[in-house]
Parts: sequence; C-alpha cells; structure tokens
Amino acid sequence: MLEIRNLHVSIEDKKILNGLNLTVHDGEVAAIMGPNGSGKSTLSYVIAGKEDYEILDGEILLDGENVLEMEPDARAAAGIFLAFQYPLEIPGVATMTFLKAAMQAQRKARGEVELSTAEFMKRVRDGANQLGIPQDMLKRGLNVGFSGGEKKRMEILQMALLEPKFCILDETDSGLDIDALKVVSEGVNRLRGKDRSFLVITHYQRLLNYIVPDTVHVMAHGQVVKSGGKELALELEANGYADYKTLAA
Amino acid sequence: MSDVTPMRTPAESALIAAFPAARKNLPGNSTVIAMRESAFNRFEAKGLPHRRVEEYKYTDLRAAVREALPLAAAPDAKTLASLAGVTDPFAALDADRILIVDGHFVASQSASVIAGVTIHDLGEALSSGQGIEALGTIAKADDAALALNAAFMQGGVVIAIAKNAKPAKPLYVRCVVTGTAPHAVYPRVLISIGEGADVTLIETQQGPDGVAYQVNGVVEIKAGAHSKVQHVRLNAQGNAAIDMSTLGTDLGEHVEFKSLNFVTRPALSRHQVFARFSGEHIKFDVSGAALLKDKQHADSTLYVDHAMPHGESRELFKHVLDGESTGVFQGKIVVQPIAQKTDGRMMSQAILLSDNATMNNKPELEIFADDVACGHGATCGALDEDLLFYLRARGLPKPEAEALMLAAFVGEALEKIENDTVRDVLEAETQNWLLARAVK
Ligand SMILES: Nc1ncnc2c1ncn2[C@@H]1O[C@H](COP(=O)(O)OP(=O)(O)O)[C@@H](O)[C@H]1O
Ligand SMILES: [Mg+2]
Repeated sequence: MLEIRNLHVSIEDKKILNGLNLTVHDGEVAAIMGPNGSGKSTLSYVIAGKEDYEILDGEILLDGENVLEMEPDARAAAGIFLAFQYPLEIPGVATMTFLKAAMQAQRKARGEVELSTAEFMKRVRDGANQLGIPQDMLKRGLNVGFSGGEKKRMEILQMALLEPKFCILDETDSGLDIDALKVVSEGVNRLRGKDRSFLVITHYQRLLNYIVPDTVHVMAHGQVVKSGGKELALELEANGYADYKTLAA
Repeated sequence: MSDVTPMRTPAESALIAAFPAARKNLPGNSTVIAMRESAFNRFEAKGLPHRRVEEYKYTDLRAAVREALPLAAAPDAKTLASLAGVTDPFAALDADRILIVDGHFVASQSASVIAGVTIHDLGEALSSGQGIEALGTIAKADDAALALNAAFMQGGVVIAIAKNAKPAKPLYVRCVVTGTAPHAVYPRVLISIGEGADVTLIETQQGPDGVAYQVNGVVEIKAGAHSKVQHVRLNAQGNAAIDMSTLGTDLGEHVEFKSLNFVTRPALSRHQVFARFSGEHIKFDVSGAALLKDKQHADSTLYVDHAMPHGESRELFKHVLDGESTGVFQGKIVVQPIAQKTDGRMMSQAILLSDNATMNNKPELEIFADDVACGHGATCGALDEDLLFYLRARGLPKPEAEALMLAAFVGEALEKIENDTVRDVLEAETQNWLLARAVK
C-alpha cells in the first residue's frame, strides 16, 4: 500500500525527517509512536502534500506511484486521507456544503458520476448517526465552535464518507474523553478492511487498546528507530520514550 | 506648491463651461436653481478632488475623470424599447419596480399604485417644488461628488412611505444607463419613510460594458422614528464606467437601518455614506462587498455621526482583490459628547489574491463621549494557506478551495440581507465572479 523510502525533509532550514523508512501493507494498521517533536505530524503533512516542507531526498509510493509529485487534492483523490491533529475552523463554510464539495470533487477527479443529493444526504445522515454527531451540527460552519471531541468525530465522519484507502490519524485521541475515544475508535474499526490501511499516530498507548494495531513503529529524531508488534506499545507505555531519545541522536 | 489651487484640468474647465447652459435646461424652480448654483460654486471653488484632499486620498478624481461628458438626455421611445435587451439582475424578484433610465424617471414602466407608498417624478418635483422640502438636507457634506450631483441632477424619483406602512413587496429602484456614446448621468432618489414603517429598498445601477460613461448618483433617505429599513444596492455598472454614489441618511429614534453595497463590475467606483443619528436608540448597520480584478478600483467611504445617545452602529466591509485592482475603505465614526452609550463596531477585511493588488484601509474613531463601547479593525492579507491545505487535503482542487473560502468571506456580509431572493442574486453574482476567476 504505502512505502516510504529514505525520506529527508526540512522546514525553514530545520531538518525534521532524517532518512525515514516505513512500509504499510494492504489492510494493515500501523501505529507510529514517538515523543513530542519527533516529526510525526510533519510526516503526516508530507504524505498529504502540505507545501511548506522541503523534500530533500526520498520517495513516498502509494501502490507504486510516487505521491510527492502530486497536488494535495490529487493525493486525496488517489485515496490518501489525513485526520488532522488540529482540525481547522472554516467560518462561513457550512459543514454540509463542505462535505458535498469534497465528495463530489473526489468523484469527479476519479471519473465517477456525482452522487445524487438524496444519496449524499443519506450517507451523511447515516455516518453522522453512527458517530453521534447531531444533524444540526452539519448546518454550522465547519468545526466552528465545535469542541475538541466534536472536531475529531467530524474528521472521522469525513474519512468514512470519502472512503480513502490510506488513512492517517494524527493524534486523533488527543483531547478525547473515554466515551468519545470509544466512539471514534469504533468509527475507525468499522472502516478496517483488506483494501484499506491505516497509519495511527499517537503519543499514548491508550488509543491502541481500542484501535489494535498490526504493527508499531517508534519514531525519534525523524526516523523510525524500532518496529515491532502491538506489544511494543505496551513496552513503551511502561518504559517511556527515554531510551529512544538518545538512540538516534 | 501644494496649497496653491492647481491649474484646472480639461475636465474641470469643461464642467465649469457646461454649467450655465445646462442649468437652463435642467428642471427646477427658483429654489432649486439657487441650490444648483450654490452647489456648483462649491464645486468650482475646489475643482475635482485629488489625492491631496484627505477624503479622496486614495481615489483621485482629478486623475480618473479625464473628460466632462455630455449630460444624458431623457430616453426616447427607441431607447426605452432597447431596454428589452438589457438583463435585470433582479428579474426574479417579486417587487414593486421603479425605473430610471439615463437619470430620468420612466413613469410608464414604474409601479403607480402601491398601498402606503407614493411615487413622483423628481424632475417634475424639482420644477413644481412639491414634496422636495428634504432635498439636499439629508445628504449633507462638503463633498465634491455630492455638489456635482446637486448642480447637475437631471431627475430621478421621490418616494414617500406612509406612517406605519409595511409595503408587501420590496421597492425596487432600477437605474439603467443606455447607449454606446458615453454620457454623464446624475440621478437622485429622495425617500422619506414615515414613523413605524417597514420597507425593503433594492437599488440596481447598471449600464453597458465598454462605454466610459459616468454616473454620479445620490440617494437620500429620511427615516421616521421606529421605522425599519433595509437597503441593498447592486452596482452593476459597465466595465468601463465610473460610478460615484452617495447615500445620505437621517434617522429618527429607534430606527433600524441596514444598507449593503455590492460591487463587481465597474472600472472605478466610490460609494460614500453619510449617516446622521437624529434620535436615540438607533440601530445602524452598513456593509459592503467588492470583488475586483484587472485594474478595477472600488472605494467605500463612511461618515457616521453619532449625534444622539444609545446608538448602535455596525460596519462591515469586504474586499476581494485580484489582478492589479485597488480597494479603499475609509470609515470615520464620530461620537458626539452627548452620544453616551454609543456602541460602534467597524471592520474592514480584505483578501489579496495577487501581489499586484492593493488595499487602502483608513478606519477612524473620533470619540467625544466617555461612556461608549467603540472599536474598529482592519485586516488585509492572502487567503489562509493552512485552511486552503485543509480543503485541498479533502480533495478540493485549488480554485474550488479558494472559491469556497472567498464565498464564505463575502457571505459574511451578504448574510445581512433579509430577502432570500435578493441574497440569492448577490450570492450568484459572487459565484459567477469566482467561476470566471477559476476558469481563467
Ligand atoms: N512550521 C514549522 N516551522 C519550524 N519548525 C517546525 C514547524 N513545524 C514543526 N516544526 C518542528 O519540527 C519538529 C517536529 O514537529 P512535529 O512534526 O509537529 O512533531 P510531533 O508531531 O512528533 O510532535 C519540532 O521540533 C517542531 O518544532
Ligand atoms: Mg504532532
């Protein structure tokens, strides 16, 4: 599904990713854990195509195709989805309008027919119900005045509606209480399947009790410094990141 | 050198030369003639305002008005017939319509019987002196555009709305400029609104593309106590036109007054609002939106005089500037010593879509009362890159993502429009502008 080879990235002359390698197979849920500032969000932005970064070396292949050449919207249409660590508020753009624009734009980019309004409404309604998102929230400006938990649910709703094949969740657990964490995790788990892969970025092991990963990768200083199975997350929880802070330095 | 009156420009000389003959042909009894002459003298003393005149610092009329154009004549049958080919932007609006062509009221194509509303030809009223007592007393300022209109006004309409009248439909004043030869048009609309009345006034200013005509229009609105007024103005003048407009308001106590001006088309426009608060507890809301490209220029200038206590004013101006366009916002809010408990909020926001676009912001507060809550803000910058990325990461191509954000930006002002059809029309105008930009 996704293969990252020797990725070197800097921003404002500051080197953040230092030869990162990572492979996520079809249907795999890979967790990335690492201390704050290790470059996790940077990695997610670079995969999604944010323009602020300078790619010094390396490649990112989605099903063999180098996505670094693609515009962010083309990457989205190709199936990459990033659930933002800090979803942005867009005043004046009604959530419903935004969802429709995004769904139709992706369908158009893939050469698929547009959804009928009825079908669109049904999908949004069903998706919102499953995530406990009240319908009237969909009429409000996107994320405007939403609580932290509501914003994260909205990210998962978007993910469910857009049906991407490679989903990145950047600290989706941050700011969630335990009930919201369960709802969001169930939302993610419903989407798991053999043709869809996940990169679950988290600082804490807690999320991985609910979204159980196939693999766990430890990131430090812009590299993956250790990979293993889900037990690696428990080990990190017990010992903290102290061991890794020096490892790559 | 700068305080020496500069040499007259050819346009100024021509305007001055044209006045004596024009005065003889323009309608007006002796009072009106005196008004025209005094206004003309004010203009003659100073000429066209230029960049060293504070109020016109960013809109230099001396430089922009290169020619004094002949005054447009009253439309003949052929001209009126040609209107069939001119699209009315508010064709879909269910309204009582008033038509002004080339500055002249067209009775045959205007509503005549509306409950609670009387409509008269201003040209006739100027001659008879009937019903124009308030003329020139509402829009009052030492201003060159206003003076020129007072000197040269050809006609227009006088509208009176009776006490407690609530006309079922909006009153729609449509001003159309015709012809392929450029003319000067000076329409004036005088509106008095009775106590407790509730009315929606829609105004369109439109004319042909590719003709460098000039319009200098004035709308005066006197609103009686406890009345409610919503005024929406669509500036759809042609792409080579110069449009000067002045809105003067005199508001009684407890009046709720809202006005919005919307601009996308003319080469150069200036919309100035002079508002006087003559009663307590007024709610005043004036806003504007301009979407500009190429070398277009749009100026919004306000002078809000809080002369009574407990007044509330809200000003929101939005400029979207592409190409080499220029936006201007000048807003002055004065709070007189007596005007305690004034609550004023003025905001000007601009989005620059090009490195060559310019926004000039000049908000000013002059507060002479101590117990007031007043503030102003001005922002100017590019579209937020992080928001754009968020939208693009969801699959929206860049032009669509930008269009969505710009529509939302302008929408904040359009939201103030209460009539759904009117708001739809201006939203569609916005979409058309954004679409034209996206396919470019
Ligand atoms: N826009 C930026 N400009 C400069 N430094 C940045 C920028 N964004 C992130 N960084 C730096 O890059 C490093 C990695 O940040 P980030 O990817 O957000 O880490 P994480 O998500 O693992 O906490 C941090 O040291 C951070 O300060
Ligand atoms: Mg992060």
